[in-house]
Amino acid sequence: MDARIWALAGVVLVSAATFYLGYVSSRSASTTQDFLVARRTVRSRRNAAAVSGEYLSAASFLGVAGLVLKDGADALWYPVGFTAGYLALMLFVAAPLRRSGAYTLPDFCEARLGSRTLRNLAAAFVVFIGILYVVPQLQAAGLAFTSITTLPNWVGALLVTVIVIVNVFGGGMRAITVVQAFQYWLKLFAIAAPTFIMCVLFIGSGGPRGGEIAGLSEPLPPAFTENTTLHVETPVLLEVQDTVKLVAGGVVDGERVGGSAYWTPLGSPYEVDAGTELTFFQGSAVPVVVGAPPTNDLWLVPGGEPDDLFGTYSLMFALFLGTMGLPHVLVRFYTNPDGRAARRTTLHVLMLLGLFYLFPIMLGALSRLYVPELLVTGRTDAAVLELPMKIASGVWGEILGAITMAGAFAAFLSTSSGLVVSVSGVLSTDVLRGRVRDFRFATALAGGAPLALAIVLRPQDITMSVGMSFALAASTFCPVLMLGVWWRKLTWVGAAAGMVVGGGLVLTSLLLDTVSTFTGDWAPMIFGQPALITVPVAFLTVVLVSKATQNHLPGDVAQIRLRMHAPDGLGFIRDRAVARFGTPEERAGLSDGRHRK
Amino acid sequence: MSRHATGPGREPGRSGGGADDQTGRPRRKRVVLADSRAPVTVLRTVVELEEQTSYGEALVNQFVRTQWRTALVLGAVAMVPLLVLPLLFFAVPDLAEVALAGVRLPWLLIGIVPFPLLFGVAYWYNSVAERHERDFVAMVEK
Repeated sequence: MDARIWALAGVVLVSAATFYLGYVSSRSASTTQDFLVARRTVRSRRNAAAVSGEYLSAASFLGVAGLVLKDGADALWYPVGFTAGYLALMLFVAAPLRRSGAYTLPDFCEARLGSRTLRNLAAAFVVFIGILYVVPQLQAAGLAFTSITTLPNWVGALLVTVIVIVNVFGGGMRAITVVQAFQYWLKLFAIAAPTFIMCVLFIGSGGPRGGEIAGLSEPLPPAFTENTTLHVETPVLLEVQDTVKLVAGGVVDGERVGGSAYWTPLGSPYEVDAGTELTFFQGSAVPVVVGAPPTNDLWLVPGGEPDDLFGTYSLMFALFLGTMGLPHVLVRFYTNPDGRAARRTTLHVLMLLGLFYLFPIMLGALSRLYVPELLVTGRTDAAVLELPMKIASGVWGEILGAITMAGAFAAFLSTSSGLVVSVSGVLSTDVLRGRVRDFRFATALAGGAPLALAIVLRPQDITMSVGMSFALAASTFCPVLMLGVWWRKLTWVGAAAGMVVGGGLVLTSLLLDTVSTFTGDWAPMIFGQPALITVPVAFLTVVLVSKATQNHLPGDVAQIRLRMHAPDGLGFIRDRAVARFGTPEERAGLSDGRHRK
Repeated sequence: MSRHATGPGREPGRSGGGADDQTGRPRRKRVVLADSRAPVTVLRTVVELEEQTSYGEALVNQFVRTQWRTALVLGAVAMVPLLVLPLLFFAVPDLAEVALAGVRLPWLLIGIVPFPLLFGVAYWYNSVAERHERDFVAMVEK
C-alpha cells in the first residue's frame, strides 16, 4: 500500500511540474507562429533535449526493457534502430527540410511539389500515424495507473489526455518545448539513478541465487525467485522446457482446472485463458510465452532461424528510415532558427539518446533474473516498474519504484504532447483556417479521438504497435522526403503514388496479421514487420511514376532546390506563411526575433 | 526593416531605440556613401544564383551533389557495420558465445558499440557538411 502512495506522489509531482512549466511558457504564446513552430527560435541544445524528451516514449522507457527481458539479444536492435534513425535524418533531411521554410509535413510536400492533392494526402497520413502512435501511449498510461491505484484503466489515459490538452491549449509548441526538454532530463534521471542503485545492490548481494552472477548464461529457463501467484489478464500461450509443478485455478487448454498440475515439455504449449490464477513455487522454471526464447542461453544470443534474421533486417529498415518520417519528430525541426541549427540539434539528439538507451538494456537483463514472472503473463512492459521493489527491499524499493513510475509518466506526457501538437498543427492549417482558435479546437479533437480509441481497443505490446508506426512512416514519408530533398525529377504524382502504395501495403499487412492472430496464426513473419518489402517498393513506385509524369514537374524546382541547399549565410531561407496567419498585429510582432541565432 | 536598424523604430521602447531614450542624445552613426568593393560582388553572385542563370544553376547542382555524396559515404560508414552484424552472428553462431570481461559479444556489439559509432559519424558529418557550406559561401563571395 505504501508503495502505491509513493508512486502516486511521483505521478502527481510530474504532472504538476509539467502543468506548471507549460503554464509559465504559455504566457508568451499568442500567435499561430507560436503555436505551430514556437516562432522558430528554439536553440539547438534545448531543441535536442525537447526532441529526445518527445521521442523517448513509453515504447522506449518501458518497452525496450520489456523486450530485452522477453527476446534478449534480438531486442537490442530496437534501441539501436531508434537512435540510428536520427543519423539518417541528419544526413539526408534535417537541414534542407528546415530551410524549405515549411511549418508542417504536408506544407513541405506542397512547398516542394506544389500540389494541394498531395498536401491533403500527406495530412491524412500525418493524422493517421499520429493517432496510431498516441493510442499505445495512452493505453500504457492506463495500465501504469491501474497498477498504483484501484481505479479502472481509462482513468490514467484520461489524466494524461487532460494534462496534454490543457498545456497544448495554452501555448502549443511554445509551451511544450520547455516541458519536453525538462522531461528528457527527468526521464534520464528516473532510469539512470534506479539502474545504478540496483546494479550496486545486485553486485553487492552476489546475484539472486547467491553468488551466481553468471546465471544468465546457463542453458536453463529463468526461475522464480519466490513463491508467486499470477493473474492472467489476457489469454496467453505458454511453453515449458522442464516439467513444472504449479497450482492452477481457471481455464487451461479449454478445460476448467483447479488445484495442483504438472506442465511438461511434451504437453506444451498450454493455452491459458483470461482470469486464470497460477501459483508457482520458488526455484521452479518459468514458462514463457510461445515465440520467446525459452532458456537463458538461447536468450543471450541472437536468434538462429532465418526468420529471426529476416525480422531483424525488416525491423532495422523500419526504424532506420521511419524516424525521418515521424511527423511529431519533424515538426520539432521546424522550430530551429536555420538549417545549421537543425543539423546540430540532431547531433545532440544522438548523444542524448545513446546515453539514455544504455539503461533500459541493463534493466531488461536484470529483470530476467528478478521478475521472470512477467514472462508468464506477457506483461513484460511492466518490468521497469516492478523491478525496483524486487531488488531493493522496504522503503528504498518503494522510492525507486516511484521514481521509475514518475519517469514513465513523463514519457507518456511528453510523447503525447508532441503528437497532439503535430496533429493539431496539421488539422488546424489544412482542415480549418489556421487561426489560434482553430488550433485549440483541433487540439481537443487530436486529444479526444485517441482517448476514445485507447479505451475501446485491446492493448498490445507497446513497442510492437509503435514499430508499426515506424514501418508506416518509413513507407510513406521517407521516400517523399529523401527524393524530395535530393532528386530534382520528383513529381507530385509520383510522390502521391508512392505514399498510397507504401502506406497501403503496410496497412494491408497489418490487417492480415491481426486477422491471422485471431484465426490460427497462419500469416508468415513478414506481415508483422513488412518494412523490408514495403520501403523499397514505395521508393521504386515514386521513382517510376515520377519518370512517367515529367510533365507535372513543378516550375520553380530550381529555386526550391536553391533555397533548401544553399548555406544559411547566403540568406535564401524563406519561411512560408500560413494561409491566414492571424491578425496583422500578430504578423508585425513576428519580425523581430525570428532570426535570432 | 533589418534587424540592424537603429534609431527610433516602429516600436519605441524596444531594444532597437532604447539607447537614445536613456542618454537623451542621438546615437553616433557612421555614414558611408560609397563602398565599391565587396558588397557589389556578393550581390551579383547571389543574384546570379537567385535568377537561375546557367552558371548559378551549375554551381548549385555541383554543391548539392557534393553534399549528397558526403551523406551517402558517411551513411555507409555507419550503416554497413550495423547491417553486417546480424548476418555475421547468423553465419558464425559461435561468435555469440565469446565473452569479453564477462559480457557476451552480441551484447557489446549491438547493445553498446553502435551508440558511440553513430555519434562519431554524426559529428564527422556535421563538420564536413559545415565545411562544404563555408567553402560554397567563400566561393560565391570571392
